[in-house]
Amino acid sequence: MTQNIKIRKGVDIKLVGTPAETVSVAKRSKTYAVKPPDFVGLTPKLKVKEGETVQAGSSLFYDKKKESVQYASPVSGKVSAIVRGAKRRILAVIVEADASDTYIDHGALDISKSSSEEILNRILEGGMFPFFRQIPFDVVADPSDSPRSIHISGFDSSPLAGSSCSSLEGRVEDFQNGINALAKIAGEGGVHLGVKPGCNVFGSVTGCTKTEFSGPHPAGNVGVQIHNTMPVNKGEVVWTIGYQDVANIGSLLSSGKYMPTKVVACGGSECANPQHVSALVGAEVQSLTEIPEEASNGDSVRIISGSVLTGEKVEKDGHLGAYHIGLALIPEGNESRFLLSNGWLSLGLDRFSMSKSYLSWLRPKSKEYTLDTNLGGEERAFVVTGEYEKVFPFDIYPVHLLKSILVNDIDAMEKLGIYEVSPEDFALCEYVCTSKVPVQQIVREGLDTLRNELG
Amino acid sequence: MKFVKNIIESVKPHFEEGGKLSKFWVVFDSLETFAFTPGHVTHNGSHIRDGIDLKRTMFTVIVALLPALLFGTWNIGDQYYASIGQDAELIDKVFIGLHKVLPLIVVSYGVGLGIEFLFAGMRNHSINEGFLVSGMLIPLIMPVDVPLWMVAISVSFAVIIGKEVFGGTGMNIVNVALTSRAFLFFAYPKQMSGEIWIHNVGAAKDAGALVDGHTGATALGHLAGTVGKAMDSVEVTGIMSLFAEGGMFSLHNCIIGNIPGSIGETSVIAIAIGALVLIVSGIASWRIMASFLAGGLVMGALFNLMGMNAYMTIDPAHQIVMGGFMFGMVFMATDPVTAASTNTGKYIYGFFAGFFSIMIRVFNPAYPEGVMMAILFMNVMAPLIDHYVIQANINRRLKRLQTT
Repeated sequence: MTQNIKIRKGVDIKLVGTPAETVSVAKRSKTYAVKPPDFVGLTPKLKVKEGETVQAGSSLFYDKKKESVQYASPVSGKVSAIVRGAKRRILAVIVEADASDTYIDHGALDISKSSSEEILNRILEGGMFPFFRQIPFDVVADPSDSPRSIHISGFDSSPLAGSSCSSLEGRVEDFQNGINALAKIAGEGGVHLGVKPGCNVFGSVTGCTKTEFSGPHPAGNVGVQIHNTMPVNKGEVVWTIGYQDVANIGSLLSSGKYMPTKVVACGGSECANPQHVSALVGAEVQSLTEIPEEASNGDSVRIISGSVLTGEKVEKDGHLGAYHIGLALIPEGNESRFLLSNGWLSLGLDRFSMSKSYLSWLRPKSKEYTLDTNLGGEERAFVVTGEYEKVFPFDIYPVHLLKSILVNDIDAMEKLGIYEVSPEDFALCEYVCTSKVPVQQIVREGLDTLRNELG
Repeated sequence: MKFVKNIIESVKPHFEEGGKLSKFWVVFDSLETFAFTPGHVTHNGSHIRDGIDLKRTMFTVIVALLPALLFGTWNIGDQYYASIGQDAELIDKVFIGLHKVLPLIVVSYGVGLGIEFLFAGMRNHSINEGFLVSGMLIPLIMPVDVPLWMVAISVSFAVIIGKEVFGGTGMNIVNVALTSRAFLFFAYPKQMSGEIWIHNVGAAKDAGALVDGHTGATALGHLAGTVGKAMDSVEVTGIMSLFAEGGMFSLHNCIIGNIPGSIGETSVIAIAIGALVLIVSGIASWRIMASFLAGGLVMGALFNLMGMNAYMTIDPAHQIVMGGFMFGMVFMATDPVTAASTNTGKYIYGFFAGFFSIMIRVFNPAYPEGVMMAILFMNVMAPLIDHYVIQANINRRLKRLQTT
């Protein structure tokens, strides 16, 4: 019997440009990028130089602090650039792709007969380990930890999200292999899969505890699912991984090859052809979908790798982020707004708002909105109370936790439950905030402070 | 609106750093952002944002205040003509009302915003919108004939001592509007208990033009006169008859609001419309309003049971429609900055604020307006309530850790 948990707090923001169910295959991108900043907590140490040829699965760099964690090239080709930012921080390793891939062959592994150590080592050397993240701190997991349990959210509930049925079409066997492998390396808590009621793609999957989560976003956030089933206590470590990455682990172990496929949901009001596109991790965004001409000057269309609530702004020639399974194109909102026509005194029929102070709440719930990137106001002190609580399905007081982070009170952060949250869980708080507080950034800083403090 | 935008853009350089008028940047910035929501965009985190901002929030509260303001304006004139026994047209009553209300609004906003600009300039930050609401609340809780200079002083006190010393909007401990009222009450007790609740009532009395029964006192002022006197004395029964059906302060009249009192507080119907706006839009907490109401009714019912003096025998439903109870419940107790911030805390906070409102007014005739005292007291207690609510959450988490 699958347990069903109803998430009552949250909101589904309906945006124009929902991706169609169809899955097309992206054209092969000219270059692929592995971007160290995608992996929180990573201190990269390069293993390749510019101009070197690599195979698909070759390690490009590894983590200085966790040396066994390898970051692999998704394709074979030539390292064309190592992009550095301030203080020579490595921002990206760019690989110019060959016409077709040659792989490093790790050989197939019989999961049922292998030990957990063998499986973990294969995941590490095969380059799939960085896709594990851990709670607390929402950073790349540490292979020397033994996780209490491993959690997978089987669906994305964010705006413009893709469908897991489309994304996993034909990959259920890989997914099952991945689950079998995770079951070996998970601790006593086992492997947990959160599924959406009515989604049949996981129907045949065994070897994990399935829980149904219904309700609005953030029901699909793995942090929400963990909190509502097996909350993380101080001292415990759990690992999380995306459902597509589970299938990629399955394929790595059964084929011996690193083929990090992602089915990316491309959508948004500026996206000409909203649909699912299958590509490799790190592909150029323009290989996934047509980028409108206006985007080239960079001030009329925002290209977001990932979800509109948590993703990262990329340029037209940018690359897909490692954890991202969405690509959104929405208008920039850099025009100022006159108070009566579309500013703060307008009727606001086109302004989606959690509060009902704009008249858009009178429109049908299914109405899709075109939202842009305008802040919609200026940053202010915390004034309104109770609004975060409406979209934050945790037994945690979000504003008080944020305030404890702002005053850097580590003891209070611990007590108020910082070990259970990741920035993405606060994305809707940031969305609804009247005072336009950069909530996710504050949570990230709090997690980093605590991580440094605890060594 | 390109035209206005162009003008703003053309004068902008003068106000920017290095410009001739850079000292007035705060003023310029607040006017510019008042007219045009800036084209600021998100950078990371959530790329889309809710359409609401603090300006809209405050504006919604102003909209919710309009029924009370309009009714109060009419009521000033209505009370005036009733007290001298003359019939008058609607327009005449409204005219008298505007004649009294507009100067109050101008003084309240003028003084309050002036101080806000000054502090924002000193601290070099932009103007927060908090005073947009406070500036409208203050006239509505003033007696009609309060001297304007007193209003100016009380607003200055409230904004500086009540808010700015704590760091401005969002940081204050007690409600700004109530602080100004409390300041008036304690600084000028003689004037505040005088004949200022109906326009010109003092002069009319001296001239002998006053209609019988119109003493210019409010419902609570009358009731305070019953305390300490025998329930069956002539004086008390006389006062209590005002509250019976057909009396000046009958339940019916208290709900309609055509009685003397602070400008915005008298009409329960007008306030209820405002409450509806605030609850539907989600701007103010229904939790606080509901528990406040419950607190007042419970206290009123307890007094009924005790029945030790005439004041206590008033029906709870009648208690809560008199004085500033309703206005305080909808517009004062719900101020998010000074109320409890946790949802559980809001129930506790609201309940006790309502409870004490009725208790203070009945127990202490020196403070007929118990609502003000009760809310200010609970403002101070709100952080304590939140502390215990949050401590319970922390304990829950610790307990979970111990059981696993």
